[in-house]
Amino acid sequence: MKPPPLRSRKLSRPLTLLLGLWLAAGLLGALGTLTGCKQRPDENATGPIVVGAYLSMTGSMATFGESSKRGAVIAVEEANQRGGVLGRKIELVVLDDQGRAEEVGNAVLRLIDVNGAVAIMGEVASTLSLVAGRIAQRRKIPMVSPSSTNTAVTQIGDYVFRVCFLDPFQGYAMAKFAREKLKISRVAILKDVRNDYSLGLADAFEKAFKRLGGSIVGIESYSAGDTEFSAQLTKLKPSLPEGLYVPGYYTEVGGIARQARRLGIKAPLMGGDGWESPELRNIGGADIVGSYYSNHFASDQPTPRATQFIAAYRAKYNEAAPALAALGYDATLAIIDAIRRAGSTHPKAVRDALATTKELDAVTGKLTLDANRNPVKPAVVVRVTEAGEVFEAEVPPE
Amino acid sequence: MLMWLKRGAMAVVILGVFYGLGRALEDNVIEYVLRIVLFCGINSILAVGLNLINGTTGQFSIGHAGFMAVGAYTTAYTVMHLSEALFPGQAELALGQTALVFVPALVLGAVAAAFAGWVVGVPSLRLRGDYLAIVTLGFGEIIRLIYNNSSRFGGATGYSGGRPLGLPIYTNFFWVASVGLLVVVLIGNLTYSSYGRALEAIRDDEIAAEAAGIPTTKLKVLAFVVSAATAGIAGGLFAHLQSTIQPNDFKFDKSIDMVVMIIVGGLGSVSGAVLGAFFVGITLELTRDLSEYRLISYALLLILLMLFRPEGMLGTRELRIPFVNRSKIGPA
Amino acid sequence: MMATFFQQLVNGLSIGSVYALIALGYTMVYGVLRLINFAHSEVFMMGAFSGYYSALMLGFDPAHPAEFGLLRAALVLAVSMIACALLGLLIERLAYRPLRSARRLTPLITAIGVSILLQNLGILFFGANPRPFPMIVPETRYEVGGVVLTNIKLLIFAVSAVLMVVLHWLVQKTWTGKAMRAVSVNLSAAKLMGINANKVIAFTFVVGSALAATGGILFGLDQAKIEPLMGVLVGLKAFVAAVLGGIGNTMGAAAGGLLIGVAEQMTAGYLSADYRDAITFAILIGVLLVRPEGLFGSSKIEKV
Repeated sequence: MKPPPLRSRKLSRPLTLLLGLWLAAGLLGALGTLTGCKQRPDENATGPIVVGAYLSMTGSMATFGESSKRGAVIAVEEANQRGGVLGRKIELVVLDDQGRAEEVGNAVLRLIDVNGAVAIMGEVASTLSLVAGRIAQRRKIPMVSPSSTNTAVTQIGDYVFRVCFLDPFQGYAMAKFAREKLKISRVAILKDVRNDYSLGLADAFEKAFKRLGGSIVGIESYSAGDTEFSAQLTKLKPSLPEGLYVPGYYTEVGGIARQARRLGIKAPLMGGDGWESPELRNIGGADIVGSYYSNHFASDQPTPRATQFIAAYRAKYNEAAPALAALGYDATLAIIDAIRRAGSTHPKAVRDALATTKELDAVTGKLTLDANRNPVKPAVVVRVTEAGEVFEAEVPPE
Repeated sequence: MLMWLKRGAMAVVILGVFYGLGRALEDNVIEYVLRIVLFCGINSILAVGLNLINGTTGQFSIGHAGFMAVGAYTTAYTVMHLSEALFPGQAELALGQTALVFVPALVLGAVAAAFAGWVVGVPSLRLRGDYLAIVTLGFGEIIRLIYNNSSRFGGATGYSGGRPLGLPIYTNFFWVASVGLLVVVLIGNLTYSSYGRALEAIRDDEIAAEAAGIPTTKLKVLAFVVSAATAGIAGGLFAHLQSTIQPNDFKFDKSIDMVVMIIVGGLGSVSGAVLGAFFVGITLELTRDLSEYRLISYALLLILLMLFRPEGMLGTRELRIPFVNRSKIGPA
Repeated sequence: MMATFFQQLVNGLSIGSVYALIALGYTMVYGVLRLINFAHSEVFMMGAFSGYYSALMLGFDPAHPAEFGLLRAALVLAVSMIACALLGLLIERLAYRPLRSARRLTPLITAIGVSILLQNLGILFFGANPRPFPMIVPETRYEVGGVVLTNIKLLIFAVSAVLMVVLHWLVQKTWTGKAMRAVSVNLSAAKLMGINANKVIAFTFVVGSALAATGGILFGLDQAKIEPLMGVLVGLKAFVAAVLGGIGNTMGAAAGGLLIGVAEQMTAGYLSADYRDAITFAILIGVLLVRPEGLFGSSKIEKV
């Protein structure tokens, strides 16, 4: 039988008109941004200096983005309270990239072309930083990543910087901790194949752990978003691991801990800075207590500078400061400091100043960037307890 | 003979205009806006191709993102290896060299996608309606999962050609406009030819069409393969606008975006597909500031559209399509 | 060795039971409306979240989960089932009923639209972050011959079995069930026989949604965490289960769910976890190409 033809119901004419107007509005809006653009903001202008940030404010990694943003906001506020930089106030523009690679490009270009950002800060996830870094390098706008730990990020070019340690070091730090402090020699690895970060850490840990005399008794993988890990854990159980290295994000680690304990795997879990979130304990409950992860700073072993930041964060947001917030602060601080030392808002000058960042008094330690635009810093290992994370050890750089 | 010379000359002029326009836009328009325009152009190619199978032939496919992926990965892979082979060690290429690398790569991407379309189409097109939709959905996801698990193509973290700066950004106004025009002209002519009429007959009543002597299976597969090829070309252009392509770029969401484009524009209308593509592209960017409300408005728009104007903007009518004989386009 | 196999089997049957509950909803709606209700996976998600909120409102205290009691836990389930039944009714009335006479494509797209809408409303109201599900039935673990079981997994088996028996009785032995079967054979003929099609269809949605809500709560208890996008993959797999069993066939949906659950677990356990999702799609394609009517369905001849 012939299917009934598509028939429009009432409201057809007005709706068509509406759709047409919408299209026209969109095109006009696009054309509108043509006027007066294609020129970078004048270096001698007197308006606020724009520092851009592209972060995941929505999507599954929204907590990471929110934490980083909060740190950046505090950095900008403190700088403005001290009179800004070069006699001008600093304006922080944060754009949401929804945690998707496709959107990162749009966000970064908008910051550069529409908002006139002098430098940009972002991202947390290395996959996203790689996409943005390539655009920043091509457009010659300096970019500072607060917490992307994958080696490839700063290898893109001389306009890309970071203020956190790298995954090879982070993996090594946990391996060293496992061998020396936990004194274990048999570890199984459960990594997230969807994630550069997780793969990089797993790889680094494996290499370091073997080098330090341990053995890897099994490697399994999962995908971000999975909820069932019992198959992989059941496979790993017979090799009796003394530790389980799970370098993924907190979103899955909680579930992994529960299902591991449920299957009778009693070994402690270990991980990286992607574990850090209040949700970790909410989801993992009693099963994640007693596990360890490497991080950028521990809120219960602070330096005077960190104490200051923690107090400011608590005053503003009424909760303990996560490491990502501290890194967001440090990245923004590095940019502001570079603009001051450069004495100009010209991106090239800012870049050159960033490259010579030395002993900057940052929250996560004194910040010095090496020739590859990476910082030289120690890692801390924390242990998960019912109440929060407690400091266990500091691992100095190799 | 003279007709072909005239056509050749016209083609050269058009290409020249596009090139000039492209350079002018690059110099005067901010990259942010230009990039959106390019995305809309790529969307148009996707939409026009999908419209051929979903609209004109009435065979509902919701897994076309898979073919886009095949085209994207194949083109990117070819570009990386071809440029290494032809111009070893050279980082930046001049326009002529780019064409030498990009055109064969796009063609190869289209061919690979067409092949994938054939592999998917032949068994699937025996099914009707909902079942066809689900099978295409399944195939789309399987293709994506294959790339996800393939280390040669970078797996889940994506393919950036092994260079720190990622895939070379070849896609610009010139390429999108030229390829876009070509696709629109080709598919427009196909739609308003005797083949197109046969496809519409299949849409309206497949059994009657078969009884009237139309080789329905062959034509369905043909339309499917052609639409897969266009999705592949769009994928190739897409790949060289981003520095990385990841399996996550080709999820079910992308297939749905394509379907929304042709429905908004008008299922069965070639110019409608282009309109719908621009509409979706612009809307998604304009509503960026709405953050959480963005996808909610998108979904509401879709539902309202289906309830009150399912034929979209143009229904089956057409605006002028360049180089397609106006008289062939009959009454709606 | 054998312990591992049985462990994977148990886990597979457990997740499979949840798929079965959701698959029943898909299959019943397709039976009466010939519509793939894409929004069903979001009803599942809403079931989990309504369980979350009703548990909190009834005074659940995460520090003392055992004090909640079986009575209140049952109440949470009831509230969730009712909430989702209402949601299902609403969706049917607003989005699907006006399109009953349109061509098949239109309600399909609408269903996709409703699905996206509910997902993002969930993100808007509940936040995208996963949150821990209140353990209204605190988990206890047993070990039997090397295989680890929990009381929650047993609960899942028990509840699903009971519900499926009830549903079977409903569809086969009651007048309403007969009306449902009549509508799924031929809508116009059923109307001519005096059956109120609207009421029957509404009833179908109510039952399907209530089952999905139960699935949501059981899933939440088993996984201990819920999030607005939890329905996407689970719903898709449940849908494949419905197709595998023969879409329109309730027994098939149940069997399909268990089969998919076990297949998925075995693939992840013995092949590679990376192919866990792919196997579901492979099964889908295999079924549709080889035997589109599913394991228990009957092939229909199209008359001209």
